[in-house]
Amino acid sequence: MSMKALKLALAAVGGMVIASPMALAQAPNEQFIPLLSYRTGAYAVNGIPWANGVSDYFNLINERDGGINGVRIAFEECETGYATDKGVECYERLKGKGATGAAFFNPLSTGITFALTEKTLADKIPIITMGYGRADSKNGAVFAWNFPFLGTYWSGADIAMQHVAKEMGGEDKLKGKKIAIVYHDSPYGKEPIPTLQVLAKKFGFTLMELPVTHPGVEQKSTWLQIRQNRPDYVLLWGWGVMNGTSVKEAAAVAYPRDKVIGVWWSGAEPDVAPAGDQAIGYKALTLGESGAGEYAVHAALKQHVYAKGKGIAKDDFAQVLYNRGMINAMLGIEGIRKAMTRYGNKPLTGEQIRWGLENLDLTAERIKELGFAGMLTPVKITCNDHEGARSARVQQWDGKQWKMISDMYTARQENTEPLVKEVSAKYAEEKKITARDCSKPD
Amino acid sequence: MQELGSFLEVLISGLLAGVLYSLVALGFVLIFKASGVFNFAQGAMVLLAGLALVRSLDFLAHHGFPGWLAIVLGFVFAGLVMALCAFFVQRYVLGPLINQNALTMFMATIGATFVIEGVAQFAFGSEVYPLRLFPTDAWIAGEGLFPGGILINKLDVWGGVIAGLLVIALAMFFQYTKTGRALRAVADDHAAAQSVGIPIDWIWFVVWLVAGLVALVAAAIWGTKLGVQFSITFLALKALPVLIIGGFTSVPGAIIGGLIVGAGEKLAEVYLGPFIGGGIEYWFAYVLALAVLMVRPQGLYGEKIIERI
Repeated sequence: MSMKALKLALAAVGGMVIASPMALAQAPNEQFIPLLSYRTGAYAVNGIPWANGVSDYFNLINERDGGINGVRIAFEECETGYATDKGVECYERLKGKGATGAAFFNPLSTGITFALTEKTLADKIPIITMGYGRADSKNGAVFAWNFPFLGTYWSGADIAMQHVAKEMGGEDKLKGKKIAIVYHDSPYGKEPIPTLQVLAKKFGFTLMELPVTHPGVEQKSTWLQIRQNRPDYVLLWGWGVMNGTSVKEAAAVAYPRDKVIGVWWSGAEPDVAPAGDQAIGYKALTLGESGAGEYAVHAALKQHVYAKGKGIAKDDFAQVLYNRGMINAMLGIEGIRKAMTRYGNKPLTGEQIRWGLENLDLTAERIKELGFAGMLTPVKITCNDHEGARSARVQQWDGKQWKMISDMYTARQENTEPLVKEVSAKYAEEKKITARDCSKPD
Repeated sequence: MQELGSFLEVLISGLLAGVLYSLVALGFVLIFKASGVFNFAQGAMVLLAGLALVRSLDFLAHHGFPGWLAIVLGFVFAGLVMALCAFFVQRYVLGPLINQNALTMFMATIGATFVIEGVAQFAFGSEVYPLRLFPTDAWIAGEGLFPGGILINKLDVWGGVIAGLLVIALAMFFQYTKTGRALRAVADDHAAAQSVGIPIDWIWFVVWLVAGLVALVAAAIWGTKLGVQFSITFLALKALPVLIIGGFTSVPGAIIGGLIVGAGEKLAEVYLGPFIGGGIEYWFAYVLALAVLMVRPQGLYGEKIIERI
């Protein structure tokens, strides 16, 4: 062996000797949180700001607080491309990572949520689906591991129809009217339909169901049907390129944009930017109070993360989806913090964190302390109610920014709860799940 | 009368949408004609061309260039980017594979797809960039004849006119220029073309450049329609049934295939969709393609290949 080769070998061995104890020393006091995201593909324009919000908030907790009660967050992104198969692959790869395994999963995809629901039950890992996922998973007695925080699609559908009724002058005015839903032809897009069917029956309006195939770049025939049938309102349940294309096609067939109301996943900046002035007047729900804009937490981010060059957002900083990503991350972390009150300040297992999430009680005071005042309403999760809050406003695009145009609506449980009970009971029967008795303490 | 008006509206809009699919399909046909390679990267080339165009337009507008000059310079820049792309593909992807079988070359274009998509987004960004080169409002025709009239989108008409001009230009290029005839010779047999002195490297560069420029035109129209963004690459999937129906080697076939696919899928969605749950337009084009494959595997205008053993 030459002297040069010998030196190289010694350097390599030396490096390993020095690096190994550090790696070993870091491992025990870290809470591992997987971050399933999509920064490539058809839905990247929406996936990127959301993932940036999550990532920046995790960094804030590490940089400012030294972690959650001293336990640092270790997180790893896994690219799903919004594809269910890749999402499952990411889940399998990351579920066992870290000293105690994955804290929870948050896939930002209803399709992946459907695929993971049974797996998380078997692996005892919570799945957080804030503003998306299975609407029946609001029933924690059956779906112990699912947490559709802040609003399910059934709540969203009810709120959208409340606003339609208000604009028409009352619920009685819905009778005989025609409401269309243009939806992404996927588990996500189909999710609100059962509630809309219930509401159509209750209030006497006709529901037109118009699916748009992934990714939604061609919608001409859908909007020609709207032109021919002239529904009184169009609800939009789109994602990614589909949203902008819908708004443009609405303009092309001269359908008034102020009669189009999108769900909260159709109401971000990338959804209106391609349409330019054609998007003026278009409306969409917010999720809770969370629109765009800077709040106290953003000042903390600038001070503790961006000043150190560790922030990753660019133009998307404080945009709708960025803020929503941060709220997602905050709710998960507060769930872990709650679990630590019972199990101690150390890395926790998914099972322990599930208890924390189910007992999460974010009051207005606590939300203010966290710097999120004005971004979300108080959230109280219980065994029976994994949704925790079900409120939204309506915002309208003015050509430059989203403007709030309504007070807060709260979904009417009398319209959604019977469906939650019926569908979750059916699911429990199919999957042989015994519903928990929520009157007994866990 | 209203039903007839509605039918005509769907039919016309389908035909015009079909012409836009043809624009993407043309790029495939050009490369297949010249090299016998199914270019999987055509969708990625549309993305690259669109991003280069829209980002350069934004840059020039931001620096105070007048609109017409910004458009001219933007197209020149995007054209140069596509020339660079053609050079690299020819030099490093296809050049080393001369005389390899078609499947090997097809696999190489799959690799090129990922590289082009990645480089395009890395160099020009991965957000949604609005492009406003053509009017996007609509005419209402025949209001006196049909209640509500027939809606015709101006952008679709622009697409149709441009596609028509492109087909004429390409047909003349293939029939009447020396390079065009050389392209056809290379398509028949790489080795034979080389043996009679046709510079195959140059020919392949030219054909990838022409396909790149066709991609640029497609990107200008589709970018105005959707905004320039990654999803534009999915247009390649819309072009596939067009090619199967029209034939991989025929420029007019790409147009006819596009018209059949466009009209077929729109009529199916509106008149058949409500009975089977809707959302059928995307796969209906493939049903049409399958039907054509069963009766005429080479497509309506494709060349029948007879191989002697």
